[in-house]
Amino acid sequence: MILDIQREELLISELADLLKKDRHVAVGAASPIPGAAALLAKEEAKLLNKRIRVTILHSNKYNNFTDGARELFDCAAQGRIDTFFLGGVQIDGQANINLIGTGEYPKTDKRFPGSFGSALMYFVVPQIILFREEHSPRTLVKKVDFISAPGVSEKEIYRSGGPKFLLTNRALFSFDKYEQKFSLLKIKQEETIENIIELTGFEFNVDKNISKMAYPDENRLSILRDKIAPMVSEFYPEFANRVWGV
Amino acid sequence: MKPFDELSLQEIVDQVKNGFVLGIPADYSGVPMKFTKELIKRGVKDLKLYCLPLTTIQGDMLIGSGCVSEIEAAAVTLGEFGLAPRFSEAVENGNILIKDSTCPALHAQLQATEKSVPFMPLRGVIGSDIQKHRKDWQIISNPMTSSGVKDEPILLLPATELDILVFHAACSDKNGNIQIGRRRELSTLAHASKKVFVTVEKVLDVDFFDNELSAATCLPALYVDGIAIVKNGAWPCALPGVYNSDNEELKKYSLAAKTKKGFEEYMRNFL
Repeated sequence: MILDIQREELLISELADLLKKDRHVAVGAASPIPGAAALLAKEEAKLLNKRIRVTILHSNKYNNFTDGARELFDCAAQGRIDTFFLGGVQIDGQANINLIGTGEYPKTDKRFPGSFGSALMYFVVPQIILFREEHSPRTLVKKVDFISAPGVSEKEIYRSGGPKFLLTNRALFSFDKYEQKFSLLKIKQEETIENIIELTGFEFNVDKNISKMAYPDENRLSILRDKIAPMVSEFYPEFANRVWGV
Repeated sequence: MKPFDELSLQEIVDQVKNGFVLGIPADYSGVPMKFTKELIKRGVKDLKLYCLPLTTIQGDMLIGSGCVSEIEAAAVTLGEFGLAPRFSEAVENGNILIKDSTCPALHAQLQATEKSVPFMPLRGVIGSDIQKHRKDWQIISNPMTSSGVKDEPILLLPATELDILVFHAACSDKNGNIQIGRRRELSTLAHASKKVFVTVEKVLDVDFFDNELSAATCLPALYVDGIAIVKNGAWPCALPGVYNSDNEELKKYSLAAKTKKGFEEYMRNFL
């Protein structure tokens, strides 16, 4: 049974656990795993007679917006989005994120797409979950080469939101804005703290209640596979096909 | 007099002059690919692309073809098919000027033009390297005493006016009103552009203003300078609600464009 669980399903399950208290979760570009997690949290909330609204930007169906592409940012600035996901080519120990590229700007050594909406969303969405599958010293660095959006701000800057968690394919961290530091909360079953230290380019604390990531139980897996997978295929067909064959 | 100007695709292409600021719709709002192809054939130069807020194959092709000197965008990407290779290489080599931005700033600069005010404030962004590299952006202290936080630092963005906007849509009605559905960012782009041209799949013999639903989801002909009927005008990109993207073609492009030589070969076939 355990062997059947795929890497993506474990990550979806971890993310879904972080969305339980939300009223509205939004999911941006190139994010099939966060998208599936948001829809899973919504389905599970329904069973408890609770309502979570989900906006998947890349979907026409699972979307609450009608006022054009700016509505996401207006909605977020008003505090109407509880959780949003951001990634990064690099993420550093102060939770600065870089979506631009590596090397010296502007003639970067390796140029990536760009900062998208991160420079506003990171400031105004209360729970930003950083999601970067690759856990290595080249992705999790001491200092980013370019700050698309800063992890923390001076206290006179309006900032109602910011980073709360960082999930990789090996570990889950929380972020403390006062200490300006990540803290290791969970590691994958086969993972060790020593190995995480080895693979992380920045220093972090280890939470005193650190635990292993739990596998999703059978109920959750059946919701995910029977109900969520076909939904995901509407907006990320290649992903849904690769992971679930739908 | 006819209620709107029906043009040929070539007549629209001829409206784009070297050095123009060209409005670029995102991949979800109707990418005018047939127009882009003809524009590249004509050998237009020195375009300044203003993307709302991002571009995919359209921007990458224009850059690879040497038509672009400057691009303002929040992202240039081939989405599921990876990085935009001609864009990345042009930036790495310093061949084009990149004005890195963030989605809400790109919206706000056009919204300022919509309202004909000189600037628009935006929260966030302060302290990022995006802001540090944008000399055309300014930070002031909130001067208002009745709203916001007194003296809070806030970013001001200049109003940006586009010289020309071209996008592709499903249809127009007999009076030249364009169906845009929920893609309201096309209104923002159109309101902020000196000239607006649209390629459509077809012209319907109806009046969108006869019905509340269609009236609320159209761009009024008032903002449109000319329409050309161009079948399959977004291919290989999607036209939302009408056809999906041709993923095989996009993949083919993403692989070919990894090298300059591969891109040139691809373009010889494409054009």
